[in-house]
Amino acid sequence: MSEFTHPGAGARVRWVGFQTIVRREYGRIVRIWGQTIVPPAITATLYFVIFGSLIGRRVGEMDGVSYLQFIAPGLIMMAVITNSFGNVVSSFFGAKFGKHLEELLVSPLPNWLIVLGYVAGGLMRGLLVGLLVTVVALLFTHLPIRHPGVIVVSVILTSMVFSLGGLLNAIFARNFDHISWFPTFVLTPLTYLGGVFYSMSLLPAWAEGLSHVNPILYMVNAFRYGFLGISDVSVTSALLVTVVAAVFMYALVVGLLNRGTGIRD
Amino acid sequence: MKALSIQGLTKTYRNGVQALRGIDLDVEEGDFFALLGPNGAGKTTTIGILSSLVTKSAGRVEVFAHDLDRDLELAKSCIGLVPQEINFNMFEKVFTIVVNQAGFYGLPLDIARAQAERYLRQLQLWEKRDAIARSLSGGMKRRLMIARALVHEPRLLILDEPTAGVDIEIRRSMWDFLREINQRGTTIILTSHYLEEVENLCRNVAIIDRGRIIEHDRVSRIIRKLNQETFVLNFRDEVPALPELPGMVARLIDAHTAEVEVSKEQSLNSIFAALSASGIEVVSMRNKVNRLEELFIRLVEAGGREGMPK
Repeated sequence: MSEFTHPGAGARVRWVGFQTIVRREYGRIVRIWGQTIVPPAITATLYFVIFGSLIGRRVGEMDGVSYLQFIAPGLIMMAVITNSFGNVVSSFFGAKFGKHLEELLVSPLPNWLIVLGYVAGGLMRGLLVGLLVTVVALLFTHLPIRHPGVIVVSVILTSMVFSLGGLLNAIFARNFDHISWFPTFVLTPLTYLGGVFYSMSLLPAWAEGLSHVNPILYMVNAFRYGFLGISDVSVTSALLVTVVAAVFMYALVVGLLNRGTGIRD
Repeated sequence: MKALSIQGLTKTYRNGVQALRGIDLDVEEGDFFALLGPNGAGKTTTIGILSSLVTKSAGRVEVFAHDLDRDLELAKSCIGLVPQEINFNMFEKVFTIVVNQAGFYGLPLDIARAQAERYLRQLQLWEKRDAIARSLSGGMKRRLMIARALVHEPRLLILDEPTAGVDIEIRRSMWDFLREINQRGTTIILTSHYLEEVENLCRNVAIIDRGRIIEHDRVSRIIRKLNQETFVLNFRDEVPALPELPGMVARLIDAHTAEVEVSKEQSLNSIFAALSASGIEVVSMRNKVNRLEELFIRLVEAGGREGMPK
């Protein structure tokens, strides 16, 4: 089909190619819904029942809101982070392991677009699960929306950062063990220590200071600010940190793929 | 116009293995071209570089005048690749695999679906369009990879051992299909271990060994160079020593088996005559290696093991 080799067709080829990657990722999320959608909803429900409803009653208020309200944005963001990361790392590594990543590598689509396609897949699952966990949260507590713009911007940027993180992990992974190390030893500790379950004001000064090197702290707090209007950190710096992280990660991942790291001999 | 032009192509892997040592190769548009060589000769590395799955160390590659370094996207859109190993998602449906590949080459969904149907029908896979890929037989999987490679109608189709492990009936129907595709104007490059396949399909051939092209000519001329075959003979009774076989090199492998090298000018009858005269009865005879292996051996020996000229 010679018209597709015409130089002017480049933008159209890329747009159709991007749509195709997104459609394939969506198909994958839906096809294995028992692995992608259901478990996060069950986990979130358990968190709300145990930490929010049972233990939360004894905790009382935190930063002027009920404990259940305090942890709800953090739990939503935690689901967004783990699912954005998990979607891209398993999809990209699965394609690499099964060799069907070659379908994309031989195609005329540039690496920057392939990365955007996978990030879009991570965003889809992250936001879908985030929405589901929000619905679960609303069954347990009332969630006001103080700054909707901050909610939307922070959740999209955070999902992008961790989708790119998943891609970075998949690029370097050589076996299935490698794609579980980063979530287990880095992502989960950073998430739990990122202010999902507690306010920074509860920590001793040294621990509070240390927490400020954890990027998840900024993301969770910006998101919480959008709902409740409270934050342990400046919302402007929180959003700035997230934007810088997203741009840095995107440049890093595209640079690695252009060098052929992890995908070409 | 040249479909493919390769100049000074080299590849050294990180482990130090020099897979390609300076390849120069031209393939004309419309050609049906064979790239032959023993395992590890550099065929798959060459194909990997053409299809951007392997990064070259040095050299220049142009696909329909699109330089791989400067016009990568345009060069890639001219190529359809059928790799040696199965590389589609085993858990996807046959139709989805082909439609998605069309999308990666920029075909809008409606055209992609029509093209996928066209090629799945041509390769007798339309009935299997809703099957999960892993449920297909080996031959069907090979045909699916051909349909996928053709869905964007590439000007250059590259097939890396497309009929390996496929039974003779399917192989022959695949040959007919490839011949038809070539007649419609698609340039085809294939690697193969089957000399019969190359003789049947290809007009030109390059033989690659240890990262160098050692022969590049018309298939008919190369085949003519194959003038010697080695036969293995089995005897009914024990043979302590072979009689003199005029003009032939013969050696006894064990008491019941011998190898005889025969050139095209010589008659097999003279072997049997000499053996019969000595009271030796032959119960079976076979080629020691297939003709392609024989050809490789002759060419490599003729070129010498080092510094083999093109």
